[in-house]
Amino acid sequence: MANSEYIIEMLNITKEFPGIKANDNVTLQLRKGEIHALLGENGAGKSTLMSILFGLYQPTSGIIKKNGQEVKINNPNDANALNIGMVHQHFKLVECFTVLDNIILGIEPTKGLFLSKKGAREKVVALSDKYGLKVNPDALISDITVGMQQRTEILKMLYRDNEILIFDEPTAVLTPQEIEELIRIMKNLAKEGKSILFITHKLNEIMEVADRCTILRKGKYIGTVDIRDTTKEALSKMMVGRNVNFKVDKKPAKPTETVLQIEHMTVPSKLHKNNAVRDVSFQVRRGEIVCIAGIDGNGQTEFVHALTGLEKMTSGKILFNGQDISKASIRERSKSGMSHIPEDRHKHGLVLDYTLEQNMVLQRYWQPEFQQAGFIKQGAVREYAQGLIAQYDVRSGQGPITIARSMSGGNQQKAIIAREIDKNPDLLVAVQPTRGLDVGAIEYIHSQLVAQRDKGKAVLLVSLELDEVMNVSDRILVMYEGEIVGELDPKTVSVEELGLYMAGAKRDNRSAEGK
Amino acid sequence: MFLLLKYTLLYAVVLMLVALGGMFSERSGVINIALEGIMAIGGLAGILVLVLFQGTLPAAAVILISILASAVAGMLYSLLLGFSAITLKADQTIGGTALNMLATAAAVVIVKAYNNSATGGNGSASSKLTYSNKEFIFTAGPLTYNIFLIIGIVLLIAAYVFLYKTKYGLRLRSCGEHPQAADSVGINVYQWRYTGVMISGFLGGLGGFAYIVPSVSTWNFEVGVTGFGFLALAVMIFGQWKPFRIAAAAVFFAVFKSLANIADATFLTNLHLSKNIYDMMPFIASMVILAFTSKNSQAPKAEGIPYDKGAR
Repeated sequence: MANSEYIIEMLNITKEFPGIKANDNVTLQLRKGEIHALLGENGAGKSTLMSILFGLYQPTSGIIKKNGQEVKINNPNDANALNIGMVHQHFKLVECFTVLDNIILGIEPTKGLFLSKKGAREKVVALSDKYGLKVNPDALISDITVGMQQRTEILKMLYRDNEILIFDEPTAVLTPQEIEELIRIMKNLAKEGKSILFITHKLNEIMEVADRCTILRKGKYIGTVDIRDTTKEALSKMMVGRNVNFKVDKKPAKPTETVLQIEHMTVPSKLHKNNAVRDVSFQVRRGEIVCIAGIDGNGQTEFVHALTGLEKMTSGKILFNGQDISKASIRERSKSGMSHIPEDRHKHGLVLDYTLEQNMVLQRYWQPEFQQAGFIKQGAVREYAQGLIAQYDVRSGQGPITIARSMSGGNQQKAIIAREIDKNPDLLVAVQPTRGLDVGAIEYIHSQLVAQRDKGKAVLLVSLELDEVMNVSDRILVMYEGEIVGELDPKTVSVEELGLYMAGAKRDNRSAEGK
Repeated sequence: MFLLLKYTLLYAVVLMLVALGGMFSERSGVINIALEGIMAIGGLAGILVLVLFQGTLPAAAVILISILASAVAGMLYSLLLGFSAITLKADQTIGGTALNMLATAAAVVIVKAYNNSATGGNGSASSKLTYSNKEFIFTAGPLTYNIFLIIGIVLLIAAYVFLYKTKYGLRLRSCGEHPQAADSVGINVYQWRYTGVMISGFLGGLGGFAYIVPSVSTWNFEVGVTGFGFLALAVMIFGQWKPFRIAAAAVFFAVFKSLANIADATFLTNLHLSKNIYDMMPFIASMVILAFTSKNSQAPKAEGIPYDKGAR
């Protein structure tokens, strides 16, 4: 039966959860040796479909075939036995184990009673040479980069002789250079006869790496297309169901008076002994979007924490509307008109086990509007939350009383944005506001940022995404190793040049005042 | 000096055995705060065997079955912790605390019931058991040792080999660090956590027996094991969940503990300090040490978090 055209077929798969059809008659056929992208917005049913293939869920109806033979996959062990392997979005690696230990975990080679790692090491080294997966087998996972962790995950699949490799949003955590490396690796794997399923919502990557693409929308099968015969625009239309604007519509900025002035800010690093932010000075004016660009881990996080009061700085000054707020508490900063859309929405943005309405009044519950004699006015909170939900189109299972944890990432982010913008701030600090979101949500958030700017607010955007930096901002500040190394105009600078600044290969001699 | 060495060895073995037990449980992902209770139950089971069979069976057989009884009783008792923490996914600290309270109380009830029936049932029986410990002790050179020293050293090496040199150790550790990762490569997390907890009960029960028997020949079960289980937890943390460091930490704490025993017989009497101060020493030492070292703790990452297969 090995003459079937497809190595894996998922035919007419339907999966119902109570109250929702996560997959509705979806068909996915994977050819041997191809890279097949699975495209869809958040909540389109991609993860459910892959979980069915990996044995985590059972389909309500539909069948799975391998090489034309119907198979049953009841758990991940069955999937392994069929040579199906998966790189999960959140890596499944034990941090305090070595790379080698992680690879052999579960199928450890032994001699008598004891582990015998010699043969395993040779196999891992051979595999990593063959596919160009550079790893150090003896390094601890906690010491290596995210890119190398991902290569460890890939080696885990190869070590198990898996033929079908599933990559669940593999590029979400990588730097641009690491993404290039991964794409090269994936092409290499396909050339060697591995079949790859690639889950993503990033169209550029699909255009670059995939042979074919299956699109899901709201659980339904939309179609399978050949990448050669399609365009980015056509794909995104299939995914979202309407035309998507990749360019952000905006008029030229008309900056007025200064809202935020940072002078010589220095913040110590928590991880190392040196300073994470070094002598940073700049200003943000009303009516402009200033973007801090840079590769992850160059001090952006610490800078934002110091600005919003989550961390202390060792020296420097923050002037906000002319007032020195360097030592002000978080609440004082918030009250004086600073809004913060945090980088980690789970850690700093929401109380995940609170309801949506409680999260919406987190910074305001003590105002007379919501509180009387020490008691929260439940009715007023409910009404306020319902207003925001309607205005910002926050979708959730039970409206204001939905537990925040159960909402999708995009809607969690919308809830935070609703809360922060509704405060009517003078300065909106948005840190990677579109991380992990699909194109529809990204478009919405970008338009909200521009709308704030046009209302005369100051917007400080911190982003790692080059597209976002180039399209949304009016002024770019590049941060490298804790310093501002360049101030660029997105209208005149090229992506390549911006990349050189971000990599530290180029820098301006900015004056100490920092214009 | 010999006296100090004698008591240090005695206590070090106990602390090490119990702390190793705690290590196995926590390395598999279950916080075992019930060590105190497990020790009490193990000690009770072993001593009951002694009381029942001493004199009727050959000495070697009594040693063997009393030690086995203590370890098996500890293991069975630890299953309660496993059931609440793993199967029912209950809070591990609360479950462990409940087991500690239950253990002392149950031990008292059992001993009183036993004494009551042995003395004809006048209802006012004591919670003490008296036994002979001569079989467990032997002398070599200027020192007296007990049999648990040998058992302890063997088990320490076995624990190290199991944890680091076998695939079972690798799997057990992965369950305490990243159970989702373990699950994704086909390791049964629930099974390994039960294994860890049961090894912990085995060593804890044995440790309880090793604590009571060699030093005295009467034990009042109202005091449980006088906080030794908690001291062992401190030893485990100070030992950073690693076998040989735990052994070293156990010796360190045992020195402090021994000071109390030798206080009135040696030069320490000249200091004219209350014996209570020496009794407090190990606990004060553990507070101070943990305050300074717990910041760099290398605790298993997933310990204390019930594993739920469904949650992703």
